[in-house]
Amino acid sequence: MRLDISESEISQLLEIIYRRYHYDFRQYATASLKRRLQQALTHFQCATLRQLQDRLLKDESAFPRLLEYLTVQVSDLFRDPEFFLAVRQQVVPLLATYPSLKIWVAGCSTGEEAYSYAILLAEEGLLERSRIYATDINDQSLRKAQKGVYALDRMKQFTMNHRGAGGHGSLSDHYHAVQDSAVMSPTLKQRITFADHSLATDSIFSEVQLVSCRNVLIYFDRTLQDRALGLFNDALCRRGFLCLGTKESVRFSAYAQRFQELSGEQRIYRRVD
Amino acid sequence: MAAAVVIGGSAGALDVLRMIVRELPQSLACPVVIVIHLPPHPSGLAELLGADTSLTVKQVEDKEPIVGGTIYIAPPSYHLLMESRDSFALSVDPPVHFSRPSIDVLFETASDVYRAGLVGVLLSGASEDGAAGLHEIHAAGGTTIVQSPLSAEVAIMPAAALALFEPTYVWSPNEIASGLTQLLSRRSS
Repeated sequence: MRLDISESEISQLLEIIYRRYHYDFRQYATASLKRRLQQALTHFQCATLRQLQDRLLKDESAFPRLLEYLTVQVSDLFRDPEFFLAVRQQVVPLLATYPSLKIWVAGCSTGEEAYSYAILLAEEGLLERSRIYATDINDQSLRKAQKGVYALDRMKQFTMNHRGAGGHGSLSDHYHAVQDSAVMSPTLKQRITFADHSLATDSIFSEVQLVSCRNVLIYFDRTLQDRALGLFNDALCRRGFLCLGTKESVRFSAYAQRFQELSGEQRIYRRVD
Repeated sequence: MAAAVVIGGSAGALDVLRMIVRELPQSLACPVVIVIHLPPHPSGLAELLGADTSLTVKQVEDKEPIVGGTIYIAPPSYHLLMESRDSFALSVDPPVHFSRPSIDVLFETASDVYRAGLVGVLLSGASEDGAAGLHEIHAAGGTTIVQSPLSAEVAIMPAAALALFEPTYVWSPNEIASGLTQLLSRRSS
């Protein structure tokens, strides 16, 4: 049986995390957060959230480990190949009309999504005029993303994804194998800026033509979803593109009227004006 | 009062599920939420079940409002969680018992929301997913129904639950279909 934790204990803990460590999880969706906290309790061998709270206040090294439980997402290169195929076929021809391109991958975790865009843009001849901003709140994930090193045994799946995404040539053109690792090519890395940014507390930093934020909003409550969508709306240029996860939508948000569907099934939207 | 029904199953559960859905009353007042393990591609489960009933059957979207009298299906490759009595949430957290969606994740979060008002049903399956979740529903005072292992095409899932606790009912597929309907009519009247 799971350890029992109450909503009030959770909000107390989140308040302490916010005040002490300046990470704001107060508007995260409760059900997932609770499951992750229960796993963290087991890891920290705490019986109650109160004990974990005490630990956080006394031991500075505990927080980064807790942050792993609260934020880390595993993604793949070209996750949901049909989505990247739709980007390639429906969005790239329009992106190609811009003299220079800025793309924001929000909630990039360990970088797989950002590298997928870089590879796609390279294949379509657009990478040289592109800058990809890939942001996350977890420094440790950002450092891994910056390194761009993935286990070689994941490449088989990634290669299949890449093919399904309409990839030209071979995925191995974009990384080199070192022992049992795949190291992403420097040509890709040069075009990606990894940076610390919080959708809960920070504001926008650049105008962009495309925002990709997939399977991040599912962890937010509706208020925080609205905040994030507001940032995307403000960051996007006129008629800019917004890409969400396949089960996410702007439909239940305050910004439903600000975006129109380009591909309903793949959740690719355009800013209305 | 039954405030919601959650149903989980895996191998061998589809036929039983269809029997259940066919028997659900038109006057159903509460939501029915289903996790069936499926391969990770867009599934036609909602359409399949939709043909068996005049109730609305749909795959859940993130933060979708929960409406009574509707049958909800977890989308492939996402965990389905109940966030509150008003809305669902999805997650791409790691698989539980090798499964995403996981029955345990739905059952545990639904139990947190509905407590004693929840009815949990665990069907045939070749995994232990769902047993711990159903146990939580039981511990919170909810009603639990386990398909009898002898009637199950694959008995691992129901047997795992029976190894943990004694559910309210251990029923054959026919008994589940008719019993659940009676349970819902009785409790919602």
